[in-house]
Amino acid sequence: MSIDKKVVEHVALLARLKLSEEEKEIYTEQLNSILGYMDKLNKLDTSNIPPTAHVLPLKNVYRDDVVKPSMKREKALANAPVEVDGQFKVPKIV
Amino acid sequence: MKLHEFTAHELHHKLVNKEVSATELTRSVLERIRSVEENIKAYVSLTSEQALAKAAEVDQKIAAGEKILPLAGIPAAIKDNMCTQGVRTTCSSKMLENFVPPYDATVIEKLNAHDMVMVGKLNMDEFAMGSSTENSRFFPTRNPWNTDTVPGGSSGGAVAAVAADEAVYALGSDTGGSIRQPAAFCGVVGLKPTYGYVSRYGLIAFASSLDQIGPVTKDVRDNAIIMNAIAGHDSKDSTSANVKVPDFTSFLTGDIKGMKIGIPKEYFAEGMQPNVKAAIENAIKTFTDLGAVCEEMSLPHTEYALPAYYIIAPAEASSNLARYDGVRYGYRDVQAEDVVDMFKGTRSEGFGTEVKRRIMLGTYVLSSGYYDAYYLKALKVRTLIKQDFDRAFEKYDVLISPISPTVAFRFGEKAGDPLSMYLSDVCTIPINLAGIPAMSIPCGFSDGLPIGLQIMAKAFAEGEIYKAAYAFEQATDYHRRKPNL
Repeated sequence: MSIDKKVVEHVALLARLKLSEEEKEIYTEQLNSILGYMDKLNKLDTSNIPPTAHVLPLKNVYRDDVVKPSMKREKALANAPVEVDGQFKVPKIV
Repeated sequence: MKLHEFTAHELHHKLVNKEVSATELTRSVLERIRSVEENIKAYVSLTSEQALAKAAEVDQKIAAGEKILPLAGIPAAIKDNMCTQGVRTTCSSKMLENFVPPYDATVIEKLNAHDMVMVGKLNMDEFAMGSSTENSRFFPTRNPWNTDTVPGGSSGGAVAAVAADEAVYALGSDTGGSIRQPAAFCGVVGLKPTYGYVSRYGLIAFASSLDQIGPVTKDVRDNAIIMNAIAGHDSKDSTSANVKVPDFTSFLTGDIKGMKIGIPKEYFAEGMQPNVKAAIENAIKTFTDLGAVCEEMSLPHTEYALPAYYIIAPAEASSNLARYDGVRYGYRDVQAEDVVDMFKGTRSEGFGTEVKRRIMLGTYVLSSGYYDAYYLKALKVRTLIKQDFDRAFEKYDVLISPISPTVAFRFGEKAGDPLSMYLSDVCTIPINLAGIPAMSIPCGFSDGLPIGLQIMAKAFAEGEIYKAAYAFEQATDYHRRKPNL
């Protein structure tokens, strides 16, 4: 499978990245080269193989549903780029 | 020998015997940093004042006759992707250039309980993506053995600092080889523990099913001591394994008679530098002389590990890095007029080229229409790779191989071709996919540049690695050599 500039633009939008025309060209070329290398995997018959998303046999690791103190508000806001009235301020959304 | 040249276990004895104070030791390391750091650039941040304050505390404990733990008062440094409360943690990225974590990673809490003296945070490839530390957004780190060459990556700062005696030990992280490959390039001991052995809480995530924190040290004993301190179940990390932690130093017996060692032939591909091949063959001979039984064997799906990894890791990264949106912390594009523009501007300006490339790759392979062909396929290949290792460890105690087909390369040599850079991880990546532990130890030199040997074991069998590594180390002197700085 090869990808063209339109696909690169679509993926950039999904990833919330802004690419220059030059970057789009470079990424198209490099991604194609990398994905071409991935085609190796198609040589393998994996029809009866289960996927491994995670190597440990862990499932549903929960803690008890007990209320614990949260991080103090000032600490949570301490790295805020823009903070107003104890809230994170952002440009308009709608 | 100067104080900063010793190992942690040697220094512990000196502290306990009151031959030196923690303050003198810390001063020696800080002086060493002042003297060589201009040439090495291992550190992103130095915490000299806090380090000296902590050292003074430890000295008071010793003076009061209190018993101190093995790592107390020992100057250490931490790769800059582990959260240290109140101390800038950047991942060597513009995105987190001014981020000051409000909490400590679990490994930091554990080392603090051991009275660690933290001297600073170490340079890395941005967000741990890279094999040379050239992807650091700030500056590259240089290999102390030859400053025209890279230290490896992504834990380049960690290994360079330990090799140059700018820290007695360090913590690195390994997702596709990021402790082991740089450890090999800089002639130090680096362990990637079994996935789940060391808590990832507070480790800034790259690929959640692959990342592990591990010790970078001057010798095998130090490595075992630090593993004792940092391993163990953590309820704050839901991927943390609930297994008992042995005393890893108990495996340092030097006796490996009868140990069954497998040598996977697929790890000796063409492209291996002749000196590297010779060093590994020499190492095999050393193991045989020590009484181990070495035998060639096969891990048939090895060649598929790299393409599988470069689908899985970027996929997980694209998800983990989605949080960097400029809203709550980190860099923000403050010129943006609406929120989507803010996300785009923040991420495009905050992330470097390699990070963006991997996010693009990951987003693509997970996107609708491509998920089955790439990501699901890669996860099935991962099963095959894991099964290769499961089968191997039914027969062998450990497996050994080269860490890298080459020694440290020159700056810029691979930076222009991402695929070529990715290929330098061909020996380390399968280990992360399978979740098993592996260590790099020095096993030779080529024109003054270190060569590393990889020792692998099955999950939670770090003891076997420590046994083999210690026996090898004690039969050789590579760990005693120091770069000329």
